[in-house]
Amino acid sequence: MTMRQRFYERAREALDENERVAVVTAQIGTEAIGEHPRHFDVGIREQLMIGVAAGLALEGYRPVAHSYTPFLVERPYEMLKLDLGHNDLGAVLVSIAGSYDAAHEGRTHQAPEDVAVVGALPGWTIHVPGHVDEADRLFRQALGGNARTYLRLSEETNHARVDGGWLTVLRHGSLGAPLVVAVGPTLTPVLEATAGRDVSVAYLATVRPFPHEDLREAFADGTDVVLVEPYLAGTSAAEIAVALRDRPHRLLALGVPNAEFRHYGTGAEHRVAHGLDAAGIARSLEEFLAEL
Amino acid sequence: MATTTRPTFGYDDLPELLTRLTGDEKHDRSSFSTLDVLWVLYDRVLGKNDRFILSKGHGPTAYYAVLAARGLLPVELLDGFGDFDSPLGHHPDRKLVPGAEFSSGSLGHGLGVAVGAALTGRRIFCLLGDAELEEGSNWEAVQYAGRIGLASLTAIVIDNDSSSHGWPEGVERRFMLEGWAGVRVDGRDHEQLEAALMPDLEGTRPRVIVAEVEAR
Repeated sequence: MTMRQRFYERAREALDENERVAVVTAQIGTEAIGEHPRHFDVGIREQLMIGVAAGLALEGYRPVAHSYTPFLVERPYEMLKLDLGHNDLGAVLVSIAGSYDAAHEGRTHQAPEDVAVVGALPGWTIHVPGHVDEADRLFRQALGGNARTYLRLSEETNHARVDGGWLTVLRHGSLGAPLVVAVGPTLTPVLEATAGRDVSVAYLATVRPFPHEDLREAFADGTDVVLVEPYLAGTSAAEIAVALRDRPHRLLALGVPNAEFRHYGTGAEHRVAHGLDAAGIARSLEEFLAEL
Repeated sequence: MATTTRPTFGYDDLPELLTRLTGDEKHDRSSFSTLDVLWVLYDRVLGKNDRFILSKGHGPTAYYAVLAARGLLPVELLDGFGDFDSPLGHHPDRKLVPGAEFSSGSLGHGLGVAVGAALTGRRIFCLLGDAELEEGSNWEAVQYAGRIGLASLTAIVIDNDSSSHGWPEGVERRFMLEGWAGVRVDGRDHEQLEAALMPDLEGTRPRVIVAEVEAR
């Protein structure tokens, strides 16, 4: 089962079980979630989708808005900023398609800059789960609160879920070994790319707020950090800089390059093209560590 | 709408309250296009369970004056309008302004939020301007509210002929085409405004009331 399928299942359950929950869609996921008195499909009107979510929150509901990443985050961006943020209203925004899941659809259906733009607004919690079970847990957790939460679902998935804290160290290298931070679904290729190498590997599924103290602890006495994010390269580089502000360090930030990428095909092909598969990560890591 | 026990003022006190905001004793009515609609809403129409969303957030002095007159906003706050430490800015912030239910300023946001709030069954009044309706986001809300017959929603459009390219044959026609009930009234006539704004308990459609005032 994909994260998207699980989300639809959970959304239906939440509507039945929790009177506070309301779901707003704009023709994406409408049929999968199904009819319910608190499921409002507003048609292909994404600015309205966020406005309606804010209005529902104003009345005490816990709104969930859902669409493809660019239509959920980018088209109604000012509604995220003002209707929700400036009015201090909460909502759970659940996107699908990640950076390039919809590679065959072209640039219009891709938004690898989503975490950067949502993260530029104050007060948002951003989850980038790497496994369907993590997505499930984070969605249910978000429903129980009042925060502004962005949950980024993807067809990319790790082999297994991670049960741990905020920043979870999964592999410990020797004292001072480079620290590789894998975000969301980059964990499996990161573990493959670093197999047999003296590095520490940490996993992160909630990138905003950023766990500065956890990162400092995991960094220990090291000098090198490698950040692997499944979206725009360097999105969390400034957070690393804040966390390690008084510790000399080198940073390699891997992710989707900030460039018009005019190719279709599959997500797997895009991952390789962006160097985010195991071989690409291993190559970048090799070059970075050889630069000393 | 919030309730209050503070002392209140009458319509005739509004010029004095506006002077406290602007420092100007001369009041050109065209600078306060929303004043009479706001007064009638707060004095005669809004019930304690109703919600008012000011979408047209610019030029909010009339709004602040009416909130103060009705005891929702401490009158002494009017004196610092626009100052660094004043909660009263040139666009209202609901986190700062007692009585304000929505933060606005950027045009084209309030009606969508009003639709969301009205979907819960609460009676919602949303105030917009004829120029504000140039923002395309409004029409997403107009279309959807009309199609689903969102009768708990009332939009009030202040028409001071300030839109860039005009609304030939009247802006209300666009709403009505989308399924709204529409009426145009004199935006300075309190009796007309009250008659149009009072809830239609038998209504099955959202309502738009175009309140025509002096051209800007």
